[in-house]
Amino acid sequence: MKIDINHVAKLANLPLNPQEKEKFEKQLSETLTYVGKLSSVDTKNAKETSQVTGLENVTRNDETKASLTQEEALKNTGSSHNGFFKVKAILE
Amino acid sequence: MKNLNQLTLKRAKQGLKNKEFSSVELTKACLGQIKKHNQDLNVFITIAEKQALESAKKADELIAGRQYLPLLGIPVALKDLFSTKGVRTTAASNVLKNYIPPYDATVVKKIKDAGAVIIGKTNLDAWAHGSSGENSDFGTTKNPWNKKYVPGGSSSGSAVSVASDMCISATGTDTGGSIRLPASFNNVVGLKPTYGRVSRYGIVAMASSLDSIGHFTKTVEDSALFFNVTAGKDSMDATTLPVPGEDFARDLDKDISELIIGIPREFVTKDLDKEVRGGFEKSVKILENLGAKITEISLPHTEYGIAAYYIIQPSEVSSNLARYDGIRYGNNRGAFGDEARRRIMLGTFTLSSGYYDAYYKKAMQVRTLIKKDFDDAFLKVDALISPVCPTLPWKLGEKINDPLKMYLSDALTVTANIAGVPGLAVPAGFSVNHLPIGIQIMGKQLSETLLFQIGNAFEKQTNYYKLKPNL
Repeated sequence: MKIDINHVAKLANLPLNPQEKEKFEKQLSETLTYVGKLSSVDTKNAKETSQVTGLENVTRNDETKASLTQEEALKNTGSSHNGFFKVKAILE
Repeated sequence: MKNLNQLTLKRAKQGLKNKEFSSVELTKACLGQIKKHNQDLNVFITIAEKQALESAKKADELIAGRQYLPLLGIPVALKDLFSTKGVRTTAASNVLKNYIPPYDATVVKKIKDAGAVIIGKTNLDAWAHGSSGENSDFGTTKNPWNKKYVPGGSSSGSAVSVASDMCISATGTDTGGSIRLPASFNNVVGLKPTYGRVSRYGIVAMASSLDSIGHFTKTVEDSALFFNVTAGKDSMDATTLPVPGEDFARDLDKDISELIIGIPREFVTKDLDKEVRGGFEKSVKILENLGAKITEISLPHTEYGIAAYYIIQPSEVSSNLARYDGIRYGNNRGAFGDEARRRIMLGTFTLSSGYYDAYYKKAMQVRTLIKKDFDDAFLKVDALISPVCPTLPWKLGEKINDPLKMYLSDALTVTANIAGVPGLAVPAGFSVNHLPIGIQIMGKQLSETLLFQIGNAFEKQTNYYKLKPNL
């Protein structure tokens, strides 16, 4: 199985240089070929398992409580303005 | 008293309670060991000396006032994946190299509330991605039994911190073997609990349906004592199990002669290293001599474990690591190392349009079959035993350029995560070249008490934990 590295890197928002693309394409294709062995497993009657402990509809009471302050929430950002996160414009 | 840092958790608790020594003395002994050997072994990313000594002093005051807390005054190291308020938490990745969490993970809070002294944050494969410790952006941790060998990963620093007596116990996470494998490579005890038995809140997420939060200790009894503190439902993690609390150390010495223990045939193949096989067979004999009935059993889908895991896990990784965009905290996505990028891209691919059914959906179906293998097995046996890793620790650099080969090191550990069952790694001897060998005891969900009983009976016969690496 060959992977389209440009497409996947774009979806994952990862910047790659040409050498990295070549390396990862080879390594990921090898791994995909290996995991492809699952196609030989008969799963006709097997439902999907997304969680293993069987808990359902876990809720808590809808009560407010103290959370991070604005200052704490902004403490680790490299870019803030007037108490907000500052991001690049996404609309012209 | 000499070498306080070598004490077990149980013995250190006793000594503090009886005022044989203070928490400050115990903490200083651990810090002394760290200063002597950290440069060589590269175990800690952050050493919290000042905070540790302050907590130790506070603990001594509480002890003087005859206060009792389960970890009061005990130096504990945390894998650097556990958020610690005000103390840098890096996940061993350059993305988070300057990140200072504004809150504590639930487990960290529980450990602190139990009186523990947090001594520092330990090295790991970045984001817990790896089996050797070599994927850290902060340099590789070395195996204290032979510095030319890997310590196992991903919880490399935590395992080595306990093995080399830099602390009394340490926390870890196990998504596909990341506690059990380094435990077995370092001659220490490692617990991977039942999925959902310990809160994941505040611990940097790897693969959320597989991540289990556990710990490293010197003995099995210590593991049970530590688990008493960390286990339990948490309103901040909806996957934690609503089961009543229990004292896991209570029936530790219970006789195991009534038990039926299964050896999964698919775990003991011809690919197993000869010395690992030898250590395992010797261990089986010991359990047999203790009266346990040993029987061979089949977990037929074991051979598909790694393939299913390398679809489910990267898929969840790609989703969990999507939040690291460098906006709210951390550096931008260009700072991810090779292994994280491989897993993000692999998961992005297996979840992408046109491939979802063939990969992700298929793996989730195989997950059902692997879980059923365990369910069927536990109708016939009380517990399972197997080696932890098919090989001995390998040389540094040996597998680093062959990701698939590295992934296959987890062949005997991943299925427990896929099925959500607990596993306890226990020291089982050494190779001719003095490299540690480990066995794992697995049970059905919520059977940790039973695993501790079996592990404890085995440890009482073997006492491997008393052997220390020559640093």
